Amino acid sequence: MKYAIQINASPNSTNSGYCAYQFIKAALKMNHQVLRVFFYQEGIYHALKYSILPDDELQMTKKWSKLAKEQQIDLVVCISAAQRRGLLFDDEAKRQGKLDQDLAEGFRISGLGQLLEATLLADRFIEFG
Amino acid sequence: MKKFLFIMDKPPHKGIELQEKLDVILTAAAFDQKVALLFLDDGVFQLKKGQQPEKQGLKETASIFNALNIYDVNDLYIEVDSLQERGLRPGDLSLPVKEFYRKDVNVLMAGYDIII
Repeated sequence: MKYAIQINASPNSTNSGYCAYQFIKAALKMNHQVLRVFFYQEGIYHALKYSILPDDELQMTKKWSKLAKEQQIDLVVCISAAQRRGLLFDDEAKRQGKLDQDLAEGFRISGLGQLLEATLLADRFIEFG
Repeated sequence: MKKFLFIMDKPPHKGIELQEKLDVILTAAAFDQKVALLFLDDGVFQLKKGQQPEKQGLKETASIFNALNIYDVNDLYIEVDSLQERGLRPGDLSLPVKEFYRKDVNVLMAGYDIII
């Protein structure tokens, strides 16, 4: 089955992002397809490259980056949600004169059209938190 | 084409959550999908007339709701029980809505492909 996933919660506001992560791992193990994971609303905080946490905390950003690398999962961060919260992607970081962007490895930035497209292509769409 | 039912169950001015949900609704409508909204729980306050969120540093959402018909989003459903529990009547709302009782909501939901 083909799944599209949306994540709305930040890593610490609820554990729904981690639930989504576990769901995706389980789905892939069962040979299902995950077409896209769309990070929306507070969910964009999963993609913050420079949120360096203490070692004993749940490292969601690193987990996603690793998953994207190993399983070629399409991790998309909503551009408008990101801009509202000050997460700078490549072009915007340059425009603001910053030395680097905020988007962690394995994530890409795009618009709500990518969410809609995923819901239309998928057999199932699941929203987490 | 898929049929989308958006569940509007949060109070209107809890941060920018509603604004961002409306963005998804407008995107779905712009993709020519069939879009309907179901207001329930504290979400029934989203349509209450005479709100002034600007005074709390929030953007107003009434104009977006009023523009929904331009996007052919005309199916607005409300759970009557939620409305009554909050002391509201359909006349307190800024848009005409179709009334549904809580016991019938599952039947309404069964008619949609995607429930967000």
